[in-house]
Amino acid sequence: MQPYPLWKTLTLVFVTLLGLLYALPNIYGQAPAVQVSTISGDGLPANFSEIAKAALTKAQLEAETSHAESQRWVLRFSKPEDQLRAADTLKRALGSSYIVALATDAKTPAWLLAMGAKPMSLGLDLRGGVHFLLEVDIADAKKAAAQRYVTDLPNFLRKESIRYTGRRQEGEATVLDFADATTREAARKAITREFPELLLDVPTEASTLTARLSEVEVKRIVDFAVGQNLTTLRNRVNQLGVAEPLVQRQGVNRIVVQLPAVQDTTRVKDLLGATATLEYRAVEDSGPAAESAAASGIVPPGADLFYTRDGNRPVLLKKDIIAAGVNLIDATATVDENGGPAVSVKLDGPGGKRMFAFTEKSVGKPMAVLFKETVVTTNYSADGVPLREKRNVEEIISIATIQGVFGNQFRTTGLEGKEAQNLSVLLKAGALAAPVEIVEERTVGPSLGADNIQKGFTAALLGLGLVSLFMLIYYKMFGLFAIAALVLNLVLVVAVLSLLGAALTVPGIAGIVLHMGIAVDANVLIYERIREELRNGVKPHEAIQHGYDRAFLTIADANVTVLIGTVMLFALGAGPVKGFAITLAIGILTSQFTAIVGSRALAQLAFGRKMRMKDLPIW
Amino acid sequence: MKMFSGVPKINFMAQRKTGLWVSTIATVVSILLVLFRGLNFGIDFTGGVLVEVHYPQAVELDAVRTDLAKIDYENPVVQFFGTSEDVLIRLPPAEETNSAKVSTAIIDALKTSEPKVELRRIEFVGPQVGDELTRDGSLALLLAFIGIMVYIALRFEWKFSVGAVAALIHDAIMVLGFLSLTQIEFDLTTVAAILALIGYSNNETIVIFDRVRENLLGLRRMEILEVVNLSVNQTLLRSVITHLTTLLVLSSLLLVGGKSVHSFASALFVGVVVATYSSIYVSTGLAVVLGISREDLLPPEKTEVDELP
Repeated sequence: MQPYPLWKTLTLVFVTLLGLLYALPNIYGQAPAVQVSTISGDGLPANFSEIAKAALTKAQLEAETSHAESQRWVLRFSKPEDQLRAADTLKRALGSSYIVALATDAKTPAWLLAMGAKPMSLGLDLRGGVHFLLEVDIADAKKAAAQRYVTDLPNFLRKESIRYTGRRQEGEATVLDFADATTREAARKAITREFPELLLDVPTEASTLTARLSEVEVKRIVDFAVGQNLTTLRNRVNQLGVAEPLVQRQGVNRIVVQLPAVQDTTRVKDLLGATATLEYRAVEDSGPAAESAAASGIVPPGADLFYTRDGNRPVLLKKDIIAAGVNLIDATATVDENGGPAVSVKLDGPGGKRMFAFTEKSVGKPMAVLFKETVVTTNYSADGVPLREKRNVEEIISIATIQGVFGNQFRTTGLEGKEAQNLSVLLKAGALAAPVEIVEERTVGPSLGADNIQKGFTAALLGLGLVSLFMLIYYKMFGLFAIAALVLNLVLVVAVLSLLGAALTVPGIAGIVLHMGIAVDANVLIYERIREELRNGVKPHEAIQHGYDRAFLTIADANVTVLIGTVMLFALGAGPVKGFAITLAIGILTSQFTAIVGSRALAQLAFGRKMRMKDLPIW
Repeated sequence: MKMFSGVPKINFMAQRKTGLWVSTIATVVSILLVLFRGLNFGIDFTGGVLVEVHYPQAVELDAVRTDLAKIDYENPVVQFFGTSEDVLIRLPPAEETNSAKVSTAIIDALKTSEPKVELRRIEFVGPQVGDELTRDGSLALLLAFIGIMVYIALRFEWKFSVGAVAALIHDAIMVLGFLSLTQIEFDLTTVAAILALIGYSNNETIVIFDRVRENLLGLRRMEILEVVNLSVNQTLLRSVITHLTTLLVLSSLLLVGGKSVHSFASALFVGVVVATYSSIYVSTGLAVVLGISREDLLPPEKTEVDELP
């Protein structure tokens, strides 16, 4: 027999070692941990580890290890009881601007982490948790946007002294009638200049003008509606104190919310359904009068006392609302003429009218934005029992001096750094939210998750055992090679899954189990061929060679067709089923290598040097 | 083990017409079953609410129904799930059954008589999502068929391709017939099973076709039918063994994999059994009936033809 090429053997050894290395993190298990991050999403203070340590020492607790992980701090504990007590301690010590969540931390040694090795992540069906798919009702948002122009366009034309003879709404379009084509042309020019977001249609047969939203504008409206909900949902989810939450846009108008290890779905739904709003109000006083009102509790008539979000300073606001969240159409962070951060705000017709009336007589005076939201907070009773309560948070997020008279479009300037970004996000969150609806929910209780892991593991082991037993009995020594290849393949699948960070799901486990059956097929194909050659009187070494050479293409052909199905499944399948496609596809790809190169190298090792063989231990 | 050591000499192709008839009849029966008895679609496709709960001790279904009657949703289906401690409650999709409220209401109602009832799983699929999953699932199946057909046509020849795809459709329909007959729930994982099956079943066909091609080119004197017969016989043992190993892993899923992979594993199990037969009689049989010839597989020899006067 020709010697087996050295590079193939070396590749095999290399791949095996690499596979073992990256599959290794999965055997260390998880430790209970507490995860701390800031509500604002900013980084933690530089001396955070000392703050946390001091708080824990006071409660006679000590973290096993603690380390920073992107924007979070992870503290690991040896016992779950310590973890719970530490979480409570930290919540009390750190206050409401931090998220303290119960989590698990992989006990992967540092040297493995340094090489980028990490354990597989588990899907919600294995670790328990909730998955929501929310749909933002964009039809409503689009309709509301379209309806505005039925009043805005005539108002604008009146201001421009262009006469129209009629107006009406047709679906999502606004139709205006004119006495003649000349007036219409004047109107078209004026509208194009003022409302570049509109598409104008001027039919030749009549002197009408049809205005509809351009595609770019529709996309902007949809993005705004979804973006607004995303922001609000993220804020809410942060309040829940969940480790590794996922809030992500999916497709045009859907949002996925995944909260691992959360069981109290009622609370989650309450939170997700809560609404925020905002109010533009005139400032009565932000100086001594407000201080004394805060101290005495006596608020002058016609005003309300609120506090600022930053710094918690008391401010008296007039009771009259100039514009509310309903009136807000858009708020984006931009830059002003001097290149400083600014927020550009757009109000609807009624809001703009009131804003105009107000600013006309208030130039130089301050105006505030009040943010109102229902928040679920956790407080602690004297003996440390957590008490959840819903309360309304009302805080001032911005105070700015009115620089001039404006209507439905204005800018807030004089902001610093991230302030503009933060303000625009809050303004969006407070605008009238497009309604969201839960269109899909999948909740898995923790006991079912644990069950699924255990059952999946048992099934995989049993499957491996049965296949191994069969191969051993049927193919003797060569069966052993096939088993070795199969085990190597399992290691490689686990390694690739861990490296990709793809979540393992129940169907994913089914894919792994199934692939074991399919992977040995390659060996069966080869071994049957070898037996056939032997039967035809071919010498053992040549039989091995022929078996492997002839079977290679057949195996590749067969694998490609299975892959076609899995690719379709991956492209079009939903959630957990994708996990099946991933594991099956990885398994098939790696098996093309292990079943052929792996088992052959072993055969070579065992029989390569035996020159006087009459038969092979394959029967 | 030498018990099946020789190459079997079964004249498969002698019954190729009978085989095709049997397949046709079985296919028609399956289609009729699916059309008239229907499939037991899971909530992935129908939409609706499903709640699985675990009681600390065995419970009477009537007691659960009484609890549920308090919240007044229409037609809840209540059944045991595996044991008499695990209960599955389903509600068909309806205007007012918004998941957020329904699942909470169900749990609350059950807790009135047994506070220790444990929530195992909630699944809610809105009608719009159900429609999309149905559409995407069908599309995935269709595209997989087309993809495999194109691949085989490229690697072999159109007659093989037709035979192979006919076998795939045959296998998929048989599995659907089985699911209709047994009323095993048809959910997303079942679609995954069918997609895996058509890849797998095709695997069988390819192994036979590969051998047919090799033999056609190697054994130039032999009749086509004999070549096909020989090829099927040569690959028969391998087919049986591969199916056996696959059935072994599938049985381990069926036995200990738990309820969540039950429909997946049973659909595949039946599919794998059917695939053994279809790879011989449907794909190869059809290719023979369509008239595969040696010339189809030979590289084209145009230049010679051109040189003829």
